[in-house]
Amino acid sequence: MDLSSLISILLGGMAAGMVLFIVSVGLSVTMGLMGFVNLAHGAFAMLGGYAVVFAMNHWGLPFPAALALGFVAVAAVSLVLERLLYAPLYRATELDQVLLTIGLTFAITAAVTLGVGPETQTVVLPEWLSGQTDLGFLQYRTYSLVVIVAGCALMLALWLGFERTRIGARIRAAVDNRRMAQSMGVDVARLFSLTFALGSGLAAVGGGLGAEILGLDPQYPLRYLAYFLIVVAVGGLGRISGVFFAAILIGILDFVLKINFPKGGTLFIYALALVLLLARPQGLFGRRSA
Amino acid sequence: MSAAAELARRHRWRWWEALPWLAALGYFFAFPNYLAFGTQVLVTILFALSLDLVLGYAGIVTLGHAAFFGAGAYTVGMMALHLGWNEPLSGLAAAALVAGATGLASGLVLLRTQGLALLMLTLCTMALLEQAANMGAAWTGGFDGMPGLSFGRILGLFGFDVLYYRSQYLYALALLFACFLIVRTLVYSSFGQSLTGIRENLLRMHAVGAPVRTRQVIAYTVSAALAGVAGALFAQANGYVNLAVLGLDRSAGVMIVLILGGYGRLYGAFVGAIAYMALEHVLATAYPTAWQLGVGLTLVAVALFARNGLIGIVDALRRLAGRAAGSPR
Repeated sequence: MDLSSLISILLGGMAAGMVLFIVSVGLSVTMGLMGFVNLAHGAFAMLGGYAVVFAMNHWGLPFPAALALGFVAVAAVSLVLERLLYAPLYRATELDQVLLTIGLTFAITAAVTLGVGPETQTVVLPEWLSGQTDLGFLQYRTYSLVVIVAGCALMLALWLGFERTRIGARIRAAVDNRRMAQSMGVDVARLFSLTFALGSGLAAVGGGLGAEILGLDPQYPLRYLAYFLIVVAVGGLGRISGVFFAAILIGILDFVLKINFPKGGTLFIYALALVLLLARPQGLFGRRSA
Repeated sequence: MSAAAELARRHRWRWWEALPWLAALGYFFAFPNYLAFGTQVLVTILFALSLDLVLGYAGIVTLGHAAFFGAGAYTVGMMALHLGWNEPLSGLAAAALVAGATGLASGLVLLRTQGLALLMLTLCTMALLEQAANMGAAWTGGFDGMPGLSFGRILGLFGFDVLYYRSQYLYALALLFACFLIVRTLVYSSFGQSLTGIRENLLRMHAVGAPVRTRQVIAYTVSAALAGVAGALFAQANGYVNLAVLGLDRSAGVMIVLILGGYGRLYGAFVGAIAYMALEHVLATAYPTAWQLGVGLTLVAVALFARNGLIGIVDALRRLAGRAAGSPR
């Protein structure tokens, strides 16, 4: 294998990894913050994907504007759901949370099937995103490169927000020790609503950006739920950089394995996640929780 | 009545416990044309009952219970197809062994974790098996599964009834009863009592020196073996096995059945399976998508308002009625 094909494989994996990162990062933070098992996160990503596709195909919005619209719409919807459905179950058992969010996933899947139909949605990329870009040493799909750049930019923005702002400090404090943060006067419930909406919005952006790579149909949440959860679990709860690296790792691995073992590539991902989680239940990049 | 006397009496059979079995026999004579459906209900009850042991009694939240159902189904399927071994009862025993061994092996490592990691690991185990079944097409039939399996006579005496499902129904009913006896005995034993203790207060059970992990692993293994029997029954009654026996859909489905009926109580699996399957039978064929929407919304409502399922609602009503009757004096 020569260098340029190696790089092109790495880039392909990176692009998938970035989508995984953008979708999963919100899940990681909300799970770390409240310990809430939100299995409906993939459904939010799917809703975002549909919103983006719909805005582009029916209203003719440009791609970035459609993404922004998806972000806002899903963030708003998730905020309502959070207040109505999630909030009463913060102190409930894990089982109740699993039930609620699986139920929500089923309901959203069915609602989308009823409203839009069961078929796969096609994403028509704008002119400037389709085609190839010359990197000097190889030609590569423009869209994948854009996704990678967008993912890295988002990572940087989130990292800055997390490490350099007061709200970020509050979130970090609450993830590390919720009760202590609460006694110091941090309103964890409000913080949670905020991060929940932000995380769901990001999932929507991920769903929109990734629709072209992962495909988009009503079964999306169930198909990719395991992937999102693996990324979160491997990355460690509430660790943005952990999720970033875990997502890239899994994206590249998945890409490479699917090329070499088209029939059973995902088998190795599951096996790897199994071994990793057994060796380090707190995740590859997570700290042992207090 | 003192608490000790109550505890000592609670394993005794009550008169109404005969009713479900009488009803099942009555169904056999009343609806001879719907015995295929009846068999499906019995298999689902058994599967939900096995989940109740881990989820309801031991308090282990798992998303991967279908792994054992699938292990059982694939075991009898592959034995019949590749080894020509199609005697049903010994096939069930093999399925229970394979599923139980899978449960033991995965339980030994998985149950060291808890919370999100455990949830993920159960999901990963199931996904792993699903992928393995998909990959090993030479043995498992891959994506298409194994259609058109045929099974021999039960104990060499009763052949499977292709048209009316009579023998399948009675066979499933007898097995369900046997498995139910096992679960009932386990649950009311001191072992079952300590499982409940682990569910209710893990820390305290550790503190009093109970062998928490050993008990969890045993419960997980027994439950896996029972789920394997359910899966094997499914394969034998239907004559096919495919990847759907191993999916997240099935795991979530059986969880819904159990939760709907009420978990941590022996008869929840019965009520849940009958209610769910009857509704599904009527609605799902006509309006499959609306049915899924309804299931989702019901789950949301159950999680928020009715955590003890249908039986819990009946219990609450009975308490309410009792209070109303007892209050005016």
